[in-house]
This record gives sequence, C-alpha cells and structure tokens, in this order.
Amino acid sequence: MTELIQRILPTVQKPARYTGGEYNEIRKDPADVRVRVAFCFPDTYEIGMSNVGMRILYGVMNEMDGVWCERVFAPWGDMEKAMRENNLPLWALESHQCVKDFDMVAFTIGYEMAYSNILNMMRLAGIPLHAKDRHDLKGIVFAGGVCAFNPEPLADFIDFFSLGEGEESTVEIVALYDRAKAEGWSKDQFLTEVSKIPGVYVPSFYEHTYNEDGTLAAIIPLNGAPARITKRIVEDLDNAYWPTKMIVPSTEIVHDRANLEVFRGCIRGCRFCQAGFSCRPVRKKSPEVLYRQAVEIMEDSGNNEITLSSLSTSDYRGLKELTDQMIPYCEQHRINLSVPSLRADNFSRELMEKLQTVRKSGLTFAPEAGTQRLRDVINKNLTEEEILTTCANAFAGGWNNVKLYFMLGLPTETDEDVLGIADLAYKVIKTWKEHATNKKRGVRIHVATAYFVPKPHTPFQWEQQITPDEYLRRCRLLKSHFYSKSIEYNYHAPDLSRLEAIFARGDRRLGPVLEEATLHGARLDGWDEYFNYSIWFDAINKCGIDPDFYTTRGYGEEEILPWDIIDVGVSKKFLLRERHRAQEGIITPDCRHGCAGCGANCLLKEVECDA
Amino acid sequence: MPRLLFEKKGNAVWISHLDLMRLFQRAFKRAGLPLTHGQGYNPRPQVSIALPLSVGIESSCELLDFDLDGASVPAEEMKERLNRALVEGVKVLEVYDEGRKIKHLSLLECTVALEYDTGVPAEAVSGLRELFGREEVLMEKKTKSGDIQNQNIVSMIRRMSVSQKDENALELRALICCQNPTLNPMQMAAAIEKYLPDLKPDFAKCARLEIYDNDETIFR
Repeated sequence: MTELIQRILPTVQKPARYTGGEYNEIRKDPADVRVRVAFCFPDTYEIGMSNVGMRILYGVMNEMDGVWCERVFAPWGDMEKAMRENNLPLWALESHQCVKDFDMVAFTIGYEMAYSNILNMMRLAGIPLHAKDRHDLKGIVFAGGVCAFNPEPLADFIDFFSLGEGEESTVEIVALYDRAKAEGWSKDQFLTEVSKIPGVYVPSFYEHTYNEDGTLAAIIPLNGAPARITKRIVEDLDNAYWPTKMIVPSTEIVHDRANLEVFRGCIRGCRFCQAGFSCRPVRKKSPEVLYRQAVEIMEDSGNNEITLSSLSTSDYRGLKELTDQMIPYCEQHRINLSVPSLRADNFSRELMEKLQTVRKSGLTFAPEAGTQRLRDVINKNLTEEEILTTCANAFAGGWNNVKLYFMLGLPTETDEDVLGIADLAYKVIKTWKEHATNKKRGVRIHVATAYFVPKPHTPFQWEQQITPDEYLRRCRLLKSHFYSKSIEYNYHAPDLSRLEAIFARGDRRLGPVLEEATLHGARLDGWDEYFNYSIWFDAINKCGIDPDFYTTRGYGEEEILPWDIIDVGVSKKFLLRERHRAQEGIITPDCRHGCAGCGANCLLKEVECDA
Repeated sequence: MPRLLFEKKGNAVWISHLDLMRLFQRAFKRAGLPLTHGQGYNPRPQVSIALPLSVGIESSCELLDFDLDGASVPAEEMKERLNRALVEGVKVLEVYDEGRKIKHLSLLECTVALEYDTGVPAEAVSGLRELFGREEVLMEKKTKSGDIQNQNIVSMIRRMSVSQKDENALELRALICCQNPTLNPMQMAAAIEKYLPDLKPDFAKCARLEIYDNDETIFR
C-alpha cells in the first residue's frame, strides 16, 4: 500500500497532509501493542489538526500501556478520487495501515455538517456502515464530541457514544476493550459492559416509537440499559492531562499555533449557544499551572504563537495574573500571544493594546442581534455603548477595520431588529468620523449575518427556524439599507444552515438520509467547493422525510425530544424557564451575579462550580 | 552568514518549500537556537534555502542560510541540537560558519528513476541515449509572467548516462544546469513522454545528489 501512496502523492494537492511523520507524532512497536485505535476526525487534516479535543485524547490514549492511537482524516476530493480509482483503502497516518484493520475506530464530531464525512470515511475504509452489520468486537466504532449530545441521526452507524469530556472515560472504555479482547468477549458482551461506564450511550439498547403526527412517542431502554445517560466532566483541570508535547504539523493548518485552555464552561448563558449550556459547569485552571504548561509547550513545539482558549476568555478570573506572566516571556521569545473572545470591558481594552496580534486582525464583535430588545431576548450581554466605546478607543489608536457578526431569524425577530443591524453599522461609522486619528485610509465595516439554527440543550431548542425564503427576504431588506461604500455585507446561503438545523434536532429516521446522500457523493459539506444541496434535497425526498418537521415546525414543550435521555447537567426545567424569560424579553444576569440554578453544579462532587 | 547542508528524504519529500522554511524556523526554536528576525510589520525569523526543491523530490544536498541571534554555538553541537529538533527525513549533515556566494552555484547532479511496471522495453536504453544525444530537445516552460517558452533542454545537460537498474527500472544520471538557466530534472522524464511516447514510464521520480560550481567543484 505504501508504494501505491507514494505514486499517488505527486498527483494531489498538499501531499504532506497524508503522510504523517510530524514532530511529536507517536509511533509504537506493534509487537508491544494490544489495542490499536484509529482516531478519525471527520474533516480534512488542516481542520482536524487544529482541534484541541483530538490532541487531548490522542495523548490520553497513547499514554496508556499497550494502546496505540493513530490519526485519520478525511481526504480532499482529489485524493479521494485517486483512492477510489486505485482501490486504496483509508489509512492511518502513523503506521500507514488500513483503518479496517484496527481494533477500535473512534470519531470526534464537532458539527453536524461532518456527518457525511463519517459515513464517507467508513466507506473509504471498507467498514460496513451499519452497526448491526458489524458482528465482531474488532473494528467497533464509537464517537464523541459536542454532536454526541444529540447522536440520534448517527444511531444506525455508531456502536456507542462517549458523552462529554473524554479524558477519564476514554481510558475506562479502552481499558475495558483491552480486557474484552484478551478474554475473547463477543461484541454484544462488550456493548453490555461498556454501557455500564457512566457517560456511555449504546443506541441499539433503546427503542424509539413515534406518534401518528411523527413526534416521538417513547424512548424505551432495553435489557436494563440506563434511562438517562449523564455526560462526563473532568473536575480538576489542574491535574487533568494537557498535551504539552503537541504534534507540530509539517504543513500549514487552520489554527497553526499552540493552544492552552484556561477554563471550561461558560458563565454567560446566551440562549442560542449550545456550548454555553452543554459545557457547564464552570471549572477553573490555575494561572500557575497554565503558565508552566505554556512554557513547556512553547519550548517543546517551537511555535511562534499561542492562544488562550475557552468559550469566553475574558471571564477567566486569572487572566490578568496569567497574561502579566506570559507577556514578558512571549516578548522575550518572540511569541505572539493571542487572546480570542475578549469582551468590551476596560481590562480587555488594556490587554488588547498590549497584545501584538490585535494589530493584525482588527476588531471583531458578535452582537448577534441589531437591537437591545432582541439582544435581551437572546441574553447576549453586549450593549451598543460597549461596542461604540471600544470602537472609539480603537479608532483613536489607529485601527480602521471592524467586523460585526449577527444572526437572522432569532426568536421574536422583527424587521425593526433587522434594520437595527444597519443602524449599528452606521453608528460605528459615525464613531470613526468622530474619533479616527487618521482618516485618509477610510474605515472598513464588515457585516455578516448567519441563519439561526436552534440547537439541542439550549433554551431555544424548541424554537422554529424561519423558512429559507423568509431568511433571504430579511437579508435583502438589510442589504437595501446599506448604502455606504465603507460597509461590506455578506450573508450565508440558507441551504447549509437548513440542513444543519435538520440534523441538529434530528432523530433516528434521518439515518437513511445520511446513507442515501453519501452514496450519491455528499461529503466535505463544510466546504463550498463540495457542498451540494441538491444531493441532500434528493435524499430527503427519496427517504420521505419532511424537512419542515425538524426546522420550521418547532418542537412542543410537552414533546419528547430525541435527546431527552441525554443529561448534560443543565435541567430541562431551567431551559424552559430561560425560554419563557426570552419570550418576555427578560435577561438572566451572568452566573457571577448570582446562580441562575441551571443544575450543572450537580455534576460536581469534589469541587464547587467556579462561575 | 552561517550555512547548513541538509538532506530531505522519505516522507519529508512531501513537505513544500514554504512549509520547510517554517519547519526549520520552529526547529531552531526548539533547539534553543534563536534566529535573527527580519524588519517590518510582522518580523519573521530569517532563513533562506538556496534552490527551492519541488515537492516529491528527495535530496542529499540542500543548503540553508541562517543567522543566529546571540552567542555562536560550535558547528558540531548545533548540528546535534538541530537534528534532535527536526522531523524524520530532514537531517542536517554539516554546519559551516560561512558559505560561498549562491550565485556561483550552477550545476546539479541528479538521478531520474523511470519505473516500468510491465518491464523495461527492450529498446528503451538505446532510445533514451538517442533522444538525449540530439542537438535540440524542445520542452515548454512556463515563465514567471505566465507565458509559455520553448526551452532546449539538452543544452542544459552537461553529462548524462542511462543505465538499467533492474528489469522494471531505468536510471538517468545527469549533471545539469540549476541556476541561470535552470533545468527542472522532471523535464527529462517529461521529454521522454513527449518525444518517445512508447517509452513513457509508469512512474518517474527524481533525486538531487550533489551541487557544484561551474568548474564542477562541490559547492558549499
């Protein structure tokens, strides 16, 4: 096989992404290995290697004695074509061995539009798609990642899901497999035992029944499977594994830098945000540990950039202490320190001025909605005044580039809210006129709108998605109110977001759609070059699915939701309360102003929620 | 400015020129050997590689110029520290305090392996000798401005031998111009396809062996 790869490589774009061999790649002697895991990321190398979750679990599994975890990515179209023409099955980067020869095949799923890649990669690997058609313990397929919080569209294909943070549960799962293999268990025996590990969901142990109107009638656990599966979390981040010996790609990737996660969870409670609720509770990491790990990563990787990541880094309590330590180190070693998702407060403004990276990227705000009324509905705690004050400071400091991100189709949105986006953009221009020190180069305002997708485990999980036609009408309405040459307005095409909405709240009846669409060439849907809505449209029709059922219909508050058996810590009662507050336009202050009682703190046994 | 000689082999041949520069910048950093940085808006560490190598071609004779920011380190130690920090396939062979001016680099010794999956055709060796013995073998070359120019490739081949490696492979070994003018060795394989389509190999791959000045003295 290797010889064949060598002949194909000269014919494809960016061949280095298919060969492995990067600095810190882990190779083991197969003779010392009992369990081989093919860790598949359902997108290209450039995207997958930028994913921190994959780096963590790669390290965690490879720290295990007798276990070798290797990486697998989705090939780009040219490579896929060459593989099909030459009957070359999908391989893992470290050993170049076929994925179908591995003991365990793992997928990490961060977004719905990667579903087609999962099936396509299984096809390319020569693995039977349906879990029921795979009879052996060898080649068992499991998956995790945020999409596992509503795994039903994938229920036909994945043997079991690992819910929540995988640092501890993955070790338990792989260790159980090690024992199962040694003792010669059957696949069924293993599935029964693995379902007893907290956070593990075996979809074949549940039966879904439907009402005449198509809504779920019941989710019935079989053979004593747990009625609810609670996601796993790591309580003590200071002592959790962190990949300080990171694989340094030999070719450019999307986020080509070192990464340090400063805390987990989010205190904000933006009502549309899945991560904001499903990643709770808030757990801190101490600045001392972070600084030590930062130095370790930088010295080991030779990277010239490090980013402090989290869902909202300016909410990290130790940010001042950490950056006070890191800035001198980074300056001395010529390292860019990047701090994303800063808020518009005073400390952040001072910090931005100290950080070199801001000069390159300009200012980015995500007000999400154009009026204060609608921002209150979605609980986005960002005021017009904060935006304009930050802009004024930045313009005075010589910046002249602002990006503003919004969503259209949010619950209760009216035309007035849509036009509020235009008003805000003009206020930014006015602020520039008043504060800019150098007006010769003009100002650039980039406005972008996305099509709102209601997500599971959020207060908006019941909401209707507006129709694609209505979304486009609102886009055009907004566009007709931009007449300044300084404003550039882009809006996403609706097809992808409609499909995302279908799968985000989808159920088991969507499995055939995935199978049908990928059979007809659907893959790499996150890429404009490959996304083809007509393939999906045909598959949805052929399978007799009504897309409106999952999108514009909205879900009833009394309805059984496909993801109801999955407990991410936040209670349904709380989500419902938040939904009703949204309808009344009442904000819920962030968790530091008082606990709103989401319930996620119940997941903690050793420490308190750090909100 | 110090210079190092390195090889690029195995899986590393798939690393592009720009990626290789970044790989070295990081390797120097990992090895605790800080590089001087350029001026400008976003200062980058300065490294420069003499003859950019096409993706897929292996080489034992690559030159990289660099400048350390800070105390000098003995050549042997530098080599060891860098090799610990580099990836498999990229290996520093020698470090020199100072190199010759790149403009004196003019010749490259290389091989082109021609693989025939169903066996080397009987007339191949003589056919290739005849082809590269001609006065003129014109091949199209894209110039920097995007125009297509005809280039006589034999005028840029100083010496060449054709030999049979085994029943499925031939090897061209040639000494060719690599600077002003430059011949891409893969053009020799392309010429076979163009002028002797019956002798087109199933696969061709190229390797750089050594570099020389115009007097055929090894260049460092």
